[in-house]
Amino acid sequence: MLDLSLIWAAIIALGVFIYVVLDGFDLGIGLLFPLFPDKQDRDVMMNTAAPVWDGNETWLVLGGACLLAAFPVVYSAVLSALYLPLILMLVGLIFRGVAFEIRAKAKRTQPLWDLAFMGGSALATFCQGMALGAYIQGIKVEHREFAGSGMDWLTPFSLFTGLGLLVTYAMLGAGWLLIKTEGRLQARLYQLLRPLSMLFLFVVALVSLVTPMVDPAIASRWFTTPNIFWLLPFPLGVALCGVGIWRALQRQQENRPYLLTLLMVALGYIGFLISIWPHLIPPSITLWEAAAPASSQRFALYGAVIILPVILAYTALGYWVFRGKVRASDSGYH
Amino acid sequence: MQVSAMAIDLARIQFAFTVSFHIIFPALSIGLASFVAILEWRWLKTGEAVYLDLCRYWSKVFAVGFGMGVVSGLVMAYEFGTNWSAFSNFSGSITGPLLSYEVLTAFFLEAGFLGIMLFGWDKVSKKAHFAASCMVAIGTIISMFWILSSNSWMQTPTGYSIVNGRVEPQDWFAVIFNPSFPYRLAHMGLSAFIATALLVAGSSAWHLLNGRRDRGVKISFSMALAMLTLLAPLQALVGDAHGLNTLEYQPAKLAAMEGIWETETDGTALNLFGIPDMAAEKTHYAVSIPHLGSLILTHSWNGQIRGLKSFAPQDRPNSLLLFWSFRLMVGLGLLMIALGLLHLWLRRRDRLYDSAALQRFALWMSPAGFIALLAGWVTTEAGRQPWVVYGLLRTNQAVSPISQHQLSVSLSILVCVYLLVFGTGLYYLIKLLRSGPAQHERTAAGDKEQLGALTTWSGRRPISAAETPIDANPNNKE
Repeated sequence: MLDLSLIWAAIIALGVFIYVVLDGFDLGIGLLFPLFPDKQDRDVMMNTAAPVWDGNETWLVLGGACLLAAFPVVYSAVLSALYLPLILMLVGLIFRGVAFEIRAKAKRTQPLWDLAFMGGSALATFCQGMALGAYIQGIKVEHREFAGSGMDWLTPFSLFTGLGLLVTYAMLGAGWLLIKTEGRLQARLYQLLRPLSMLFLFVVALVSLVTPMVDPAIASRWFTTPNIFWLLPFPLGVALCGVGIWRALQRQQENRPYLLTLLMVALGYIGFLISIWPHLIPPSITLWEAAAPASSQRFALYGAVIILPVILAYTALGYWVFRGKVRASDSGYH
Repeated sequence: MQVSAMAIDLARIQFAFTVSFHIIFPALSIGLASFVAILEWRWLKTGEAVYLDLCRYWSKVFAVGFGMGVVSGLVMAYEFGTNWSAFSNFSGSITGPLLSYEVLTAFFLEAGFLGIMLFGWDKVSKKAHFAASCMVAIGTIISMFWILSSNSWMQTPTGYSIVNGRVEPQDWFAVIFNPSFPYRLAHMGLSAFIATALLVAGSSAWHLLNGRRDRGVKISFSMALAMLTLLAPLQALVGDAHGLNTLEYQPAKLAAMEGIWETETDGTALNLFGIPDMAAEKTHYAVSIPHLGSLILTHSWNGQIRGLKSFAPQDRPNSLLLFWSFRLMVGLGLLMIALGLLHLWLRRRDRLYDSAALQRFALWMSPAGFIALLAGWVTTEAGRQPWVVYGLLRTNQAVSPISQHQLSVSLSILVCVYLLVFGTGLYYLIKLLRSGPAQHERTAAGDKEQLGALTTWSGRRPISAAETPIDANPNNKE
C-alpha cells in the first residue's frame, strides 16, 4: 500500500520549491526595479519575464489547491492563522500582475505602474517571507482548527525572514537578468551583484543560525549526534556555493551566479524540510494526522501523476521558445 | 472560538465582492479566447490581413482581461482557507481535488501557452502559434468545467458520505456529474460567449457610430451579432431546463425566486411584479398571471410548486433579493433576443452596417451580458442560502475563527485595492476597446501582399509600432 500522504507531501513540497525557483526571479525583477530607473532597461527587465510570469504564479495556486485536496486541515488552519500576511501578499500580487499587463500599454501613467510593480513585488515577497517565519515558529491548533490569536504571526523572527526573502528574491532576480541581458545593463548587474551576493550570504548564514534558536526541537534535530554528521554537508554545500558565486562574478560567468543561488535556495529548502519533518503544521500535526480521506488523495493523485510531467514539459517548452537574450529592439513584446 | 454574526456578514460581503469582481474576467476570457482562435484560423485559411489584425487586436484585450482574472482568481483560491476554513475543513476532501484538477488541467495550460500566444508571433511557426491559441481557448473551457462542477456540488451534493463530521467522497463520477452540473455548465458557458459577443458587438457599434467603416470593425460587428442571435434563444431554453432542475433539487430557491409563499394545488400564478416581504411572509403589490407560473416552471397547467411557507423560516433564502436579481437576468436576456432578431431583420434587408438604431441598441447592450451573468450568480448563490453546502453545512458554521476586526481590515483593504487596480484595469480595457482594431492602408497589390513575410511587414512590429498608447490623451489621437 502506497503512503498517499507522504507522496502528497512530497508533491506539494516540490510544487512550492518550483514556485520559489520560478516566481522568485520574477518577483526579484520587481525588487530590483528601483535601482534601474532607465525606461529602456526596465522594459527589457520586464520583457524577460512577461511571457512566463503567469505560469510561474500558477504554481502558487497549485500549492493552495493541492493542500486543500490532500490536507484540508492544514489549508484551513494555516491559512486562517496567517490571515493578514496572506491577504497582503495577494494584494501585492494583484498590483504587480496587473502592472505586467498594463505597464507596457501605458505611457502617461507608466511611472505609476512601475510603482505598482515595485511595491507589489516587495509587499508580496515580504509577506511570503513573514508567513514562512511564522510557519516555522509554529501554529496553535486545537480540535483541527486554528486556536491562536490574529497577530501570532508578527514576531521579530518573522520580520527577519521577511527581509531575508527580499534579499533572496533580489539575488535570484539579478542572477536571472544576468543570463537574459547584455551590454551596459548586464555590466551594471555585475556591479550590483557583488554587494548583493555578500548580503545574501550574510542573510543565509544568519537564518541558519537563528532558526534553531527559535525552536529547541529544530536545534536538537541538527545539533545532536549522529545527526550533525549526516547534516554537515548542508552548511558545507552552502559555503561552497557562496565561494562559487563570488568566483563566477569575478570571472564574469553569466549563467553561474543564478544557478548557484538556486542550488543554495534548494539546500536551504531541504534544510527547512528536515527541520519541520514530519510535521505539516509545526509543532503538533504530522502529515499523516492531517491527511484527507484516502479516496480524495487517490483521486487527485491520478491527475497529478499524469498531468504534472506534461505541465513540466510544456513549461520547459515555453522557456525554450523565449530562450536567449532579450533586447530593447526586440519585436513581439506587447 | 465563537464567530460573531457581524464577522459572518463581513466574510460573506468580502466573498461576494471578490468573486463578483473575479467572475467578469474569466467570462470574458472564455469568450475572447475562442473568438481569437477562430479569427486566427480564418487568417490561416484565407490569408486575409484583416483577420490577423483582428486576432492581434482582440488578443490584446484578452491579455488585459486574462491578467486581471489570474490575480483576482488567486485571491479566491486562498480565500476559502483564510475566510472559510470550517468549510474547507468540512468539504475540502471534495472541493480540493476538483480545484486541483482545475489548476492541473486548465490553469497551467492557459498560462503555459499564453506567453507564446501573446509574445511568440515571430518565435514559432504560424501553425504552432495557432496551436498555442487553441490550447489557451481549450484551457479556459476546461477551467470552467471544474469550477462549475465544484460549485454545482455545493448546490446539489451527491456521491459523498459523512464520516466524523466531515465529507468523504464515495463516488467521484457522482460528485463531478452531480444533478445541477450539466445545466449550470451549459448555462454559464453560453452566458460567457453571449457576454463577450455583446461586448464585441457594442465596441464595434461604437466605431460604426463614429464613422469607421473598415472591414475589421464590420467583421467584428457581424460575427458578434450572428453569435448572439444564435446563442441568446438557446440560452433561454437552457435556462428553462435549469429552472426545472432547481425546482426538483432546490425548491426553496425557486419559490424565493418567484415570490411564491403558498403551495397551491390548482395551478400557481406567475408574479410579474411584486415586493416579497420575508417578515410578513407575502409578496406585496403582486401583479400576476394565473397558471403561468405552473406552466413555465413545471410545464403543466396545474403543476404544483412548493411555496416558501412550507420551509422552516431559518431555511428560507431571501426572496426579495432573488425575485429581483432573477427578473433582472431574464429581462436582459429578453432584450438580447430582441437585439438578435433586430440584427437578423436588418441583415436580410442588407442594412447591417447602416442602421444607427441597431448600433445604439448594441452599444447600450455591451455590458448587459456581464450584468445578467452577475444577476444570475446572485440568484443561484443567494438562493442556496442559508447553506454553503446545500442541506449539509450552514454558512454561519463555515466561517474561519478570525475576528471581526481582522475581517473589517481585510475587507477595507480589498475594496480599496480592487477599486483602484481593477477600476483602472477596466478603464484601460475600455480605452483599448475605444482605440479599435488597426486600420491598414491598402497596398496597390491588395491585402494579401502585406502578408508575404510577417516580420518584414510594416517594420519589425506590425501593429504596435503604429499604435497609440492606450492612455494617450484621446484629443490628440488620429
